[in-house]
Amino acid sequence: MRKLLATAAVALASLSGQAFAEGSDVKLLPVSFSFEGPFGTYDYHAVQRGFQVYKEVCAACHGLSLVAYRNLQQIGLSEAAVKAIAADVQIRDLNDVGEMADRPGRPADRFRSPFPNELAARAANNGAYPPDLSLMIKARPNGAHYVYSLLQGYEDFAKLTADQKKAMGLAADFKMQPNMQFNKFFPGHQIAMPKPLNEGQVTYNEEAQKEGIKNDLPQLAKDVVHFLAWASEPKMEERKKTGVKAVLFLVILAGLFYAVKRKVWADVH
Amino acid sequence: MASTQGGPPAFNNSVVRWIDKRLPIFTFMHHEYGVFPTPRNFNYWWSFGGIAMVMLIIMIVTGIVLAMNYTPHIDFAHDSVQRIHRDVNHGWLVQYLHQNGASFFFIAVFIHIFRGLYYGSYKNPRELLWILGVVILLLMMATAFMGYVLPWGQMSFWGATVITNLFSAIPVIGNDITTFLWGGFSVDNPTLNRFFSLHYLLPFVIVGVVVLHIAAMHVAGSNNPIGIDPKGPQDTIPFSPYYVTKDGFALIVFLTIYAAVVFFAPDFFGEPDNYIKANPLVTPPHIVPEWYFLPFYAILRAIPDKLGGVVAMFGAIAVLFVLPWLDTARVRSARFRPIYKWFFWVLLIDCFILGYCGANPPEGYFVPLARVATLYYFFHFLILLPVLGKLERPLPLPNSIAESVLKKSAS
Ligand code: HEC
Ligand code: HEM
Repeated sequence: MRKLLATAAVALASLSGQAFAEGSDVKLLPVSFSFEGPFGTYDYHAVQRGFQVYKEVCAACHGLSLVAYRNLQQIGLSEAAVKAIAADVQIRDLNDVGEMADRPGRPADRFRSPFPNELAARAANNGAYPPDLSLMIKARPNGAHYVYSLLQGYEDFAKLTADQKKAMGLAADFKMQPNMQFNKFFPGHQIAMPKPLNEGQVTYNEEAQKEGIKNDLPQLAKDVVHFLAWASEPKMEERKKTGVKAVLFLVILAGLFYAVKRKVWADVH
Repeated sequence: MASTQGGPPAFNNSVVRWIDKRLPIFTFMHHEYGVFPTPRNFNYWWSFGGIAMVMLIIMIVTGIVLAMNYTPHIDFAHDSVQRIHRDVNHGWLVQYLHQNGASFFFIAVFIHIFRGLYYGSYKNPRELLWILGVVILLLMMATAFMGYVLPWGQMSFWGATVITNLFSAIPVIGNDITTFLWGGFSVDNPTLNRFFSLHYLLPFVIVGVVVLHIAAMHVAGSNNPIGIDPKGPQDTIPFSPYYVTKDGFALIVFLTIYAAVVFFAPDFFGEPDNYIKANPLVTPPHIVPEWYFLPFYAILRAIPDKLGGVVAMFGAIAVLFVLPWLDTARVRSARFRPIYKWFFWVLLIDCFILGYCGANPPEGYFVPLARVATLYYFFHFLILLPVLGKLERPLPLPNSIAESVLKKSAS
């Protein structure tokens, strides 16, 4: 089977090798989100703040191609605000005379990706590919906690002590590759994404500030993860709400059936 | 509707009468499901055949709706599943029902099969009934495997690559077969298209075999927990209303668990990697199939030779085909087989161990563990069952089903 896997995995050798290295032993940072658990819901204030972080920071490199601007109405933005956000973006499309040209975005457009294709994205990122974030939270084990930790997992490799390195299970001959950053939580510990978020990088609006929402790194990371969780499953709340009704209905139906069954069988036992 | 046992039913509705005279479908249903004499002592393990059938129907209905919105093209398939989630009304529900339905279908069928193993339902006169069941299992596996490829995620792609590559182990013609399966020289768009076509077709083939399976059951009659044949009317009860209500209750409990997973943990059985679009250039670190294939996957990898692994994997199912002749015991139910009873549980645990090995990379102690478990699996069917049937002294059987039921409720 090993031989087989080797033939099947022809590409493994040519792989850059860092994207899917073995999982690390480092524990993720503790955090809890309102959307977790069977009855959890999104906190749309957090989702809106997270959208701001995505738009101002991550959108420079990462696409969100499964989300349309109109979907933002679901997180509480007004129709006019959504129109304005879409119109701010230039979408390449066929024009009236059949040529490709830029036009202002419309609510029905999907989020414009920062690069026209993967090659362009790699060329702009030292050969690394910033993946589309639409499904990122579902595409990693324990995705919300992982991305939350990842965004805060950058360390200066040169300053790590021997003990710290050992605790993270780094091999003795571990060396940083050029253009790579050290990240505690990334499998293999070397990530091509420069540290994307820093304390105070995004300024939240007055409303958020009045609520006492800070813009330190943990808060920014938490908010953008909240937004990405929403983006990965916008129908989650509908799913859970329907689920409560469906399961309740089935439980009652089961009770009824049991009663009928007992009655029917009374003369057999 | 009349309820006279045996004789032609007298229908009150004139339309029903008119139709029934020309096509006796109502009489058929009445005989086979209404008054059909059924052993009176079924336990709930007997409900899983009906449950499996309902799952099959759910899979077909949700599958047809999905197919209306799915795009079988490598560039669009992954996104189209997400469009179903996001832009089709209740598409998320249909997709999650289908995705988890496969798992619950297998749960029902595995229970159904082990029920058969425990109570000796495969023995004379039910050999053909059993063999048709194994055919259904094979068809289900093929259907589920191809279905998993359709969303075109990383596991879809790499699972398909690993499994289709197996056929290249066949001497001489292996490579040609693989090329034929792929429709090219690797898993690619033609592969996706033919898998979609077959994934739509096979469930209807399963329906056909299920019809034969049930027809055979209605000829041989059902087995029952004590494994002796009904001897007269006191041993049986009409299917309706007794088993309609009992199976109905079991079905709804089963559906409740299914619904709980669909609505509250829809990715429970899934792999995060399959939310990444397939990329032929990036191999996931651990390629694992869906859970219901894990025991077979473990057997495949337990043999250090590619062809040998493939033979063993298919052999694991092939032994089920000849099981009615491997088991030499005359007594059907394990209740009266004091030694076999224990080995049944050992086999069940063995299958769980195999599944556990299949879920983990073939390293360290998983390698010897998988080998021992594989060996034991074949030992059970090929050596233990033929020998045990000759050596074991069964407990005395009750005289009749009625007697055993009445004794139980008296004590
Ligand atoms: C300067 C460009 C850039 C910016 C800005 C950026 N990223 Fe990245 N990101 C990358 C690149 C490049 C990779 C691929 C890294 C690799 O494979 O080593 C990546 C990878 C990722 C990954 C995947 C990690 C994995 O497990 O594979 C996540 C999650 C991510 N980025 C989140 C974010 C978030 C959230 C933001 C905004 C706060 C952000 N990124 C901003 C360039 C960027
Ligand atoms: C699509 C999957 C299947 C469906 C829908 C199905 C359906 C049914 C139904 C409705 C029954 C009658 C109720 C019962 O006894 O539980 C039955 C009986 C039976 N099935 Fe299946 N079945 C399936 C798969 C299988 C498989 C895979 C096997 C074995 C390998 C199998 C073996 C049997 C046997 C032996 C019986 C007779 C049981 C007895 O009366 O003791 N079935 N099946």
